[in-house]
Amino acid sequence: MAQYLLIESRDPYEYGDPEQFADLAVDLAGAGNDVTFFLIQNGVLVTRKGAKAGTLQKLAGAGNVKVLVDEFSLRERGIAKDKLAAGVTSSNVDQLVDLLASDGCKAVWH
Amino acid sequence: MAKYLSIVERAYHGTLEEQDDTILWVNHMFKNAGADVSLLLRSNAVNYAVRGQDASGLTFGKAALSAPPTLDHDVEQLVKAGVAVFAVSEDLADRGIEQGELVSGVKTVGRREVAKLFDQHDQVWHW
Amino acid sequence: MASGKTLTISLMDPPYESETTTTVLRIVDAAVRKGHNVNVFAYEGAVALPMKTQAAHPNPVKGTTAEEGHHPTTSGFISALFEAAKANDAKLDWVNCGLCVDERGANDWVEGVRRGGPGDFVKMAQESTNTLVIGTR
Repeated sequence: MAQYLLIESRDPYEYGDPEQFADLAVDLAGAGNDVTFFLIQNGVLVTRKGAKAGTLQKLAGAGNVKVLVDEFSLRERGIAKDKLAAGVTSSNVDQLVDLLASDGCKAVWH
Repeated sequence: MAKYLSIVERAYHGTLEEQDDTILWVNHMFKNAGADVSLLLRSNAVNYAVRGQDASGLTFGKAALSAPPTLDHDVEQLVKAGVAVFAVSEDLADRGIEQGELVSGVKTVGRREVAKLFDQHDQVWHW
Repeated sequence: MASGKTLTISLMDPPYESETTTTVLRIVDAAVRKGHNVNVFAYEGAVALPMKTQAAHPNPVKGTTAEEGHHPTTSGFISALFEAAKANDAKLDWVNCGLCVDERGANDWVEGVRRGGPGDFVKMAQESTNTLVIGTR
């Protein structure tokens, strides 16, 4: 079992690929890996309550993918805490660096 | 030795001026430097494996692009250099590309098998 | 205090075109504050990030002078990161890919930046705790 840190910087409104990156997270988790999905930059646009994107539901469906979102990216886009969808934990670049620096972590940026 | 999986997704950005795809190129350099690197073509980059690409003939006033990129040839050279090159089969199908159109040596892998490729490598570099 | 860990990051975006550049600078900042060594391999357009000749400009829409506007430069931020690394007993190694520099004429960098190539990146990746590759779109 490996530890994966998948960092999604893009949104599914401008690009078609983020949907597949989320599918990959689900597949990796399904294979028994420890998966953290970190949303940053425009990737956080799916975390607004009511956002029309299936990303969070897909990740929640895996049952064991931890979804973190960069607090600065949220604030930069005016997404206040009470507007955040369920299933997402606020985080920051300090925690991102801690994850990157942990031994055996496979980090993938999208 | 660590095994690296390089993923190429973006395609035909600056390839004319650069005379190659900068990610295919740098991975060939990594291989030459001794790295055990495999390549996964996904999204639009699957088109790089299509035989018969021709970017010749461009001129700008009297200046000609006299050495255009030959990306299909570059993919073949990577295979010859011992780099395992994969292309996502659904991404090929989405673009109407048939297996017979690909340069030789490129292996196809299903979208849901990509996670297995990740597990088989120590690091994944998504360009 | 030095942590004993090293992170390698590869980036490609030129200045002022992508939020990814800012994110990388944030990551480097956080990492050196924690005492981690950081290697940066600047590839393609990213080799312009540390160019010394970048200059602030006035903003006619906002009516501010260059001084009033505090327009940042990426090279200014990179110089500050070299200082932050030193202050935290960490090492920042910024390598500009030489061929990318040549085709862009992107010479004359802030102090600390050095010329290198893909072989440097392979060595960095082999010797680091982790490597994060960031492409461009």
